[in-house]
Amino acid sequence: MATAVSEPVAVRTRTRVPLPRKLREPGWYRAALFELVGLAFAFGLTVLIRSLQHQHPVIDGNAITTVALLAVPIFFLVGIGTCDYWLYWAIGRATRPEDHSSHGAYSWRDYFRVNTDHKVIGIQYTVTAFFFLLVGGLLAMLIRVQLAKPGMQFLTPEQYNGVFSVHASLLIFLFVIPVFAGLANYVLPLMIGAPDMAFPRLNALSYWLLPLGGLMMLMSFLAPGGSFASGWTAYAPLSTTMPLGQLFFTIAVQLAGFSSIFTALNFLVTIITMRAPGMSFFRMPLLVWANFSTSLLVVIATPFIASSQFFVLLDRALGFHFFDAFVGAGRNGNVLMYQHVFWFYSHPAVYIMMLPGFGIISEILAVKSRKPIFGYRMMAFSLLAIVVLGFTVWAHHMFVSGMSPWIRIPMMITTAIIAIPTGIKIFSWLATLWRGVLHLDTPMLFALGFLTMFTLGGISGVMLAMIPFDIHVSQTYFIVAHIHYVLFGGSLFTIFAGVYYWFPKMTGRMFDDRLGKWHFWLTFIFFNLTFGPMHLIGIQGMPRRVAEYASKFAAWNLFISFSAFILGLSTLVFLYNMVASWRGGPRAAANPWRAMTLEWQVSSPPPVFNFDAVPTVVGGPYEYGVPGAVHGIFKPPAQDTPAVGAGSFSTPPSKEVHE
Amino acid sequence: MRNRPLLQMGVIVVVGSAILIPLALLVPWFPAQSSRQAGNVHTLYNVLLIATVPIFVLVETVVLYSVWKFRMRPGDEKKDGPPIHGNTRLEVVWTAVPAVLIITLCAYAYTVLRSNEASKRGEMTVNVTARQFAFEFSYPKPGGKTVVSPVLYLPKGKPVVFRLRSLDVIHSFFVPEFSEKLDAVPGITTTVRVTATTLGRYPVECTELCGAGHSLMRSSAYVVSPAQFQSWLAAQPANAPPPIGTPPPTAAQPGVPGSSGPASSSSSRTTQSSSSSTTASPSGSSGIPQGPTAGDRDADNSGGPSDGDGNV
Repeated sequence: MATAVSEPVAVRTRTRVPLPRKLREPGWYRAALFELVGLAFAFGLTVLIRSLQHQHPVIDGNAITTVALLAVPIFFLVGIGTCDYWLYWAIGRATRPEDHSSHGAYSWRDYFRVNTDHKVIGIQYTVTAFFFLLVGGLLAMLIRVQLAKPGMQFLTPEQYNGVFSVHASLLIFLFVIPVFAGLANYVLPLMIGAPDMAFPRLNALSYWLLPLGGLMMLMSFLAPGGSFASGWTAYAPLSTTMPLGQLFFTIAVQLAGFSSIFTALNFLVTIITMRAPGMSFFRMPLLVWANFSTSLLVVIATPFIASSQFFVLLDRALGFHFFDAFVGAGRNGNVLMYQHVFWFYSHPAVYIMMLPGFGIISEILAVKSRKPIFGYRMMAFSLLAIVVLGFTVWAHHMFVSGMSPWIRIPMMITTAIIAIPTGIKIFSWLATLWRGVLHLDTPMLFALGFLTMFTLGGISGVMLAMIPFDIHVSQTYFIVAHIHYVLFGGSLFTIFAGVYYWFPKMTGRMFDDRLGKWHFWLTFIFFNLTFGPMHLIGIQGMPRRVAEYASKFAAWNLFISFSAFILGLSTLVFLYNMVASWRGGPRAAANPWRAMTLEWQVSSPPPVFNFDAVPTVVGGPYEYGVPGAVHGIFKPPAQDTPAVGAGSFSTPPSKEVHE
Repeated sequence: MRNRPLLQMGVIVVVGSAILIPLALLVPWFPAQSSRQAGNVHTLYNVLLIATVPIFVLVETVVLYSVWKFRMRPGDEKKDGPPIHGNTRLEVVWTAVPAVLIITLCAYAYTVLRSNEASKRGEMTVNVTARQFAFEFSYPKPGGKTVVSPVLYLPKGKPVVFRLRSLDVIHSFFVPEFSEKLDAVPGITTTVRVTATTLGRYPVECTELCGAGHSLMRSSAYVVSPAQFQSWLAAQPANAPPPIGTPPPTAAQPGVPGSSGPASSSSSRTTQSSSSSTTASPSGSSGIPQGPTAGDRDADNSGGPSDGDGNV
């Protein structure tokens, strides 16, 4: 404590001997130093306040950890250099707005520092997210080991609850949500013809928040009392009375949430203001539409989960009794309040985890079927419809929560209605396939696998909307099956499809299509064998989140565990393919899929500033089969507008020049 | 036929649905149907299967048919499909038909809900108190006394309203054979209605994650004849001390607290055999088997509650 205070003083008095250069410049050394300072700050502040308040003991591990969990990440972010420009500007030091020294990757080291290039950030995001996919997947293997036989083995109940809680939290907050942000980070500016995102420095900050959140969740295993063990939903008052590990979740969610919000803001501003000349909203690729819709959801909804976790934090750390319902000691908390606030984010979050995938599928199906997307405008409008309806259904997670019974009825109706825009999308994709020329390579197989699996997830979703049936199956393995059909068969399949599809663009190399097909078939078959039977044992009455179960479910659980292990192993095929192809795959052409969207019109990988000349968009993004149609051209618009046959579009391209 | 792919596909969808719907209905999805409410829910689920299986078959058919018919043949590498941008009539159809289907299903589900939750004349009240990690069922007796039991006894055919309360965190009361479930929420009292219709022993499960002992928070529900129920109730000491909080029983099986005895057989036979054992034993003084507590109760009480209050 004393040293931490005296350190800056010493530096000031001996200005002739400053800190070593490595500790002054942004980077890992300074980050490590700042983390120590952050720890000292947390320790000092806590001890100071506790001694002023005459609280005993003055040195309290829980209190110090609470403050440290909040402070250390901020110190780290400053230390590694995400805030240098803003801080320099704030204190009046010279700044260079057009400083591109931290832009682009020229060696692998550039991926491990603060980088403002959206392509580098996209890869940082994606690789980090896949790291957490592997960790989350390993935790799933632990779950299946525990459940392979009835009875307690291998894990204690506390450990088991911790394992599945971390599994779900990592895969939701550190994989599905950010991996979509990562893919879009890479692709979206290229797709709309922009040189970068609107706020590159904010983009870097939102990436660096992410590994902090993930590591914090993992570090909870080291906390006394074990990791957080109240599920990813962290229902109060269980979460407010859990051991210290719960705090790691509470605060990690804030970090991931901030990351999410910053990125969404960035996407919104980028999409609205940085489209290439001629790129009207209805000429945007559907991936851009999907990320536009997703970002709206994120910006509106994410503050709600932040507040729900702040409530928990205040309850735990400062005794606020938001959720302490036992009237009599003056604690008039409301337990159901937590669930309402939580699900007001977490249902839209389901669409945050799905809409970008819809965008990816639209890109791939159009290109790989060699046909325009069927009903482009309805595809865009149905995304917006899902955004609006997504905010009206949250309490369908609470049909058995004991809330006022009448709320269930409107929620049932809106939940069922939201299936209609989703259905429009499915049917439009099917019609896109119809009479196309289907290129059945790995991205396409995953897209088709998504179509079939997501239909199953959607159907079980409509069933769950029906209140009496939901009452029977809620909180059972039927829910586990449904969520995995939506998030694994749905989101993860789109993520695999997207990673394969843009792999040539991102790395400049082709992947091994034969291995990709092996990966698909292993994943597809063993995914169904793993999660399909869960519908049955759920309806039969096996509750979710149990470390052990009745022996009548033993046979199915053993079967599920074996399938899950093979499903887990299938990921190794993917990993090997990605690593080997990135290192030594054949060089990729600029446009190996003969796609029309702008990201394929530049080299693979693209130049550091994306476009040497600003592209002009003269037609729709999916005009496959239209003779002579193009989406974008690289000449000044004035020369070319009369000469271009813009397919089905009768209106001349907008001559409005952005920026 | 050969040149009319839509017709071909229509035939495949109809035939596929005609095969798959009966198969889906034949799967023994549910545990035994042991309450009035469960019957309604099972019927609702069958209707949902009938309504949704054709949609699934339709999607699969289009995907597989497209893969079969429209996949790229050698030599087609540079070919594109026809530039079909949309078809308004088709889009209206696939918006309107699902909308009608879904609203119909909602209306039907609503009637089921109303029926399941309707209060009946002559309801019996059972107070359920949940805590980490056990249930406690108390029966108000005439004269202001209550009978408290760690296992649930219900008279067959009598409408019962459960009043759920929780003493610590959120729990949930679920009997799969009854198809009813509700959370027990600290601070409020929630109610759920069940009319048991079949004699037998059924698991009572906590389905809301409530801490370390969650997976062991089980009890049993015995559905007995009204006469047996009355004699059981009369034999119970009124104002009995709550059984929860007594030292955990020693003989708890490590395996399967919730499962009923002959667990290997199918669920319907399980019901059959355990109900026959229930009816066989009333020769004893109480008329009801008293055994289940040891097997049902949670042996792991020691670790759980203490780490709940670790903080603040």
